[in-house]
Amino acid sequence: MSSAAIFVNIFALSCLVISLIKDRAKTKQSLLVAVKSFFRILPIVLIIIIFIGLLLGFVPLDLISKTMGEQAGFGGVILIASVGAILHIPALIAFPLAASLLKGGASVAAVAAFITTLTMIGTVTLPLEIKELGKKMALLRNGVSFIFAIIIALIMGMML
Amino acid sequence: MKNNVREKPRKGIIKDIAPLLVTLIIAIILLSIFPARQEAVLKISWDFFIEMGTILPAVMILMGLFSVWVSKEMVVKYLGKTSGIKGISLAIFFGALPTGSLYVAFPVASVLIKKGARTSNIIIFLSAWACIKIPQEMMELQFLGPKFMVARLILTIIFVVIMGLSIERIIEWSDKKAGKTRASGL
Repeated sequence: MSSAAIFVNIFALSCLVISLIKDRAKTKQSLLVAVKSFFRILPIVLIIIIFIGLLLGFVPLDLISKTMGEQAGFGGVILIASVGAILHIPALIAFPLAASLLKGGASVAAVAAFITTLTMIGTVTLPLEIKELGKKMALLRNGVSFIFAIIIALIMGMML
Repeated sequence: MKNNVREKPRKGIIKDIAPLLVTLIIAIILLSIFPARQEAVLKISWDFFIEMGTILPAVMILMGLFSVWVSKEMVVKYLGKTSGIKGISLAIFFGALPTGSLYVAFPVASVLIKKGARTSNIIIFLSAWACIKIPQEMMELQFLGPKFMVARLILTIIFVVIMGLSIERIIEWSDKKAGKTRASGL
């Protein structure tokens, strides 16, 4: 087990113990929610795991590095940021996918752009966002998010 | 009545599992056409499966705990009237707590608008909810490493705050302009 996984498991376990001491009924309810959401997300987790295997096993690595690597430059970052903005996959699943792209030769900037637009911008949730917040605020939030995602990605690329 | 209740989740499960079966079949076909790739694909998938398996249950337990302990009313109560640095920090804090998807956050934000919360706080809250969530940061730590996670987290917090403040300015400015043209039109 990696140190990150150990840390996360200890953190979850301590929260669980504190919750159990404070309120048994609420803890039981929480665990029920946890089990339900685990099984709801499980199919897509397995899909992504198979997909990553096929991606890294079949797609030639120089294709990944050509479209999303250092040599793809700014255009590559914009391209993958747009893909992230349009795609609607659970954020939790995005990280193993991002890791596989990085392994396959994508640049740090491209991967950071992908994750940031994927989580911050929601094209599928946009209608609801407009309904609840109004057109102006919703469109501004998503539009400005795209610009800032690119800036974050470029700084990440320079730093790491 | 009972039948109805039972039918629904079953249909949901079929809908969820169908894409998985399709992916599995495609993978099996591909791997039987190209047996040379089998070893690499299976090893990569297995490694990711293990990495996912050691972290996903813990993340789900955290999300379950926080969704039960932190109520919508609590978020609205605290974010409704705070402003300044305290408001910004609270907006990030409540956004980052491991509770639910964006679908849950929009109605909360809508209530906040009606309660007169600051636009910047609402934008910061929503953006934190979308991309600074604790479970996401844990996945990022696991799969992309501490350096990547910490760097992106700090940058995201900085830019989310800048974004909240600038969108608030833009909205105030355009409201004022709309008000002026309306006034001069009268």
